[in-house]
Amino acid sequence: MAATEEHIIDLKHVSKRFGDKVVLDDISLYIRKGEFVTLLGPSGCGKTTTLRLISGFLAPDEGEILLDGQDISGIPPYKRPFNTVFQRYALFPHLDVYENIAFGLKLQKVPEDEIEKRVKRVLKLVSMSDYEDRDVESLSGGQQQRVAIARALVNQPKILLLDEPLAALDLKMRKDMQIELKEMHKKLGITFIYVTHDQEEALTLSDTIVVMNEGKIQQIGTPIDIYNEPVNCFVADFIGESNILKGRMMHDRRVAFIKHEFDCVDEGFGEDVPVDVVVRPEDIYFTTDPARCQFKATVNSCIFKGVHYEMWVDTDTGYELMIQDYDPYPVGSEVMLYIDPDDIQVMHKERTRNVFEGEMVDETHVEMLGGVFECLPQEGIAAGDKVRVETKFEHVDLLDHQEDGVIAGEVHFLLYKGDHYHLTILTDDGDHIWVDTNDIWDKGDLVGINFAPKDLKISKRDEA
Amino acid sequence: MKRSHWSIPYVVFMAIFVVLPLLLVMVYAFQDGTGHFTLANITRFFTDSDALGTFAVSLEVAIENTLICILIGYPAAWILANKDLNRSAVTIILFIMPMWINALMRTLATAEIFNMLGIPLGKGTLLFGMVYDYLPFMIYPIYNVLAKLDRSYLEAAQDLGATPWKVFWKVTVPLSMPGVTSGVLMVFMPTVSTFAISEFLTNNKIKLFGTIIQENINSSMWNYGAALAFIMLIIIGITTVFSDDNENAEEALI
Repeated sequence: MAATEEHIIDLKHVSKRFGDKVVLDDISLYIRKGEFVTLLGPSGCGKTTTLRLISGFLAPDEGEILLDGQDISGIPPYKRPFNTVFQRYALFPHLDVYENIAFGLKLQKVPEDEIEKRVKRVLKLVSMSDYEDRDVESLSGGQQQRVAIARALVNQPKILLLDEPLAALDLKMRKDMQIELKEMHKKLGITFIYVTHDQEEALTLSDTIVVMNEGKIQQIGTPIDIYNEPVNCFVADFIGESNILKGRMMHDRRVAFIKHEFDCVDEGFGEDVPVDVVVRPEDIYFTTDPARCQFKATVNSCIFKGVHYEMWVDTDTGYELMIQDYDPYPVGSEVMLYIDPDDIQVMHKERTRNVFEGEMVDETHVEMLGGVFECLPQEGIAAGDKVRVETKFEHVDLLDHQEDGVIAGEVHFLLYKGDHYHLTILTDDGDHIWVDTNDIWDKGDLVGINFAPKDLKISKRDEA
Repeated sequence: MKRSHWSIPYVVFMAIFVVLPLLLVMVYAFQDGTGHFTLANITRFFTDSDALGTFAVSLEVAIENTLICILIGYPAAWILANKDLNRSAVTIILFIMPMWINALMRTLATAEIFNMLGIPLGKGTLLFGMVYDYLPFMIYPIYNVLAKLDRSYLEAAQDLGATPWKVFWKVTVPLSMPGVTSGVLMVFMPTVSTFAISEFLTNNKIKLFGTIIQENINSSMWNYGAALAFIMLIIIGITTVFSDDNENAEEALI
């Protein structure tokens, strides 16, 4: 059965907090009957929380969860027509394979001969016939996984929930199980909701991918949409390899980046608007025809990756790009390159500068982000006035030692943009600061943060 | 010096204080007063209706004590291990604290309280004292197993349609059996041989097996006393064999 238009699950404005931490922030999404949906994101993005809300082990703080149009918030997990395959399988060690699989059916008081038939059928489905009497602890990881899937499927759930089910398996086994899961989904026709942090797994398995980060949905789409048309830098960076670059939309179907202009297919951004541009490494082509050449570059490194070579090139305008090609080009050689208009993905910039809200302490000091910063003398703004403070990404000073900064934070997310890094800093008070820098930082580095007084642009905030 | 030599002091200690006394008990049990081999001491027990009666009472009291300890101790351990119900370590310490004080002193104090309240000493007070003394030994191993129980088993059971009640009986209880087994071993075995508790809490109105061993030895009936001790050891040995999950039971204590 292919995915239908009928919704089986609707999440409407769902939020969830653990103490002070917002884990899910106003999530809305629907899942169609028969669909294979993957919730994809890095650890801590809220994907497992979303799954646990659906399975009923957690209750939303706000919003509602509908099954076939009915609110199921008050229904405990044991009454929901879903079954889960847990990350570490959670097979009962005191029961053998048969008893594990029959556990749910026995609770439903299904007659013994019927149970036996169904257990045998489902064991065949997961290719584990003849393992009925085995002790679950004597099985390999892959076999335990199959039993866990069988134990969930034997109850004929409306939805099968899978919480990173392949994470504990080795690569080869994982690939085999991916194919089997996909076939099982096709054969059974029930809805699968799958949680993973592995983007390749998501691309392989899903009808629809929901990309999540920091408790928010970033993008929902088919694997092809998500890969080819990421809506923001996070998605572009998380799914596959990509060159993410600062650009400027000249006018419809014309974009400038790496100090060259290119034809593209995007429209409706307006004229002379700053944008982000994504070019996949396999979409930059080598040419020997000067007429096709759009820009030149020098090969900086070349590594064999199995199917293709991965090369880093320095463009004639000083940017670094990653290129994947079947043919290697020697390091140091000068090459001519071009990009098809179709392969340039233009994205709206989420922000172009930092904007903070603060309050003047005195003429030359402003309090914001949980610290007091020096600024230039401000005319027409009195102490105690509420102000808006703007500063450019490249004007944030990051210091090696936390105590050297006015406030402290940690590098939360980083993107290489061809000639600089774009960092997201999470301050100790939980604010975000975005930074452009040429210095190399790693995720998780602790930094001190300061601003030069002249770089803070302060304006009075209207009391609204 | 080889590493294995480090164990020599322990081996010597065990030989002198564990193996040798056991051998002596055996030797005395099969000797008459003049040092000749005999089975008379053993056969005397099986024809001595007094001793047999005491033995039956001892077993009965030990079984009752063990059952009461399970009935009280299991729920207590479950509550202690449940983080939703018990958020502090203080309650755990309160349960364990009686173990810091010598059992004999606690028993004397308990007897004093019964006297003060005018409660007649008898079987009821005996069981109370035994439960009071041995309850922590039941709670601790069960608590240990429950606290380490992987919550995903409980979630999996719920996910498969089990109500909280069914989750408890079909998953929590079977998975905590090693703790119960080791609790039973730690409570049942010492209660069979105890005598101080019955002495203080029943004024020797109820005699336990331990009491008659003590009486025989106190009155220099070494051979018969040894035979009784030997029989008790055999019986305790049998209970250990019955608890087939010994390995798991040992884990529960760690």
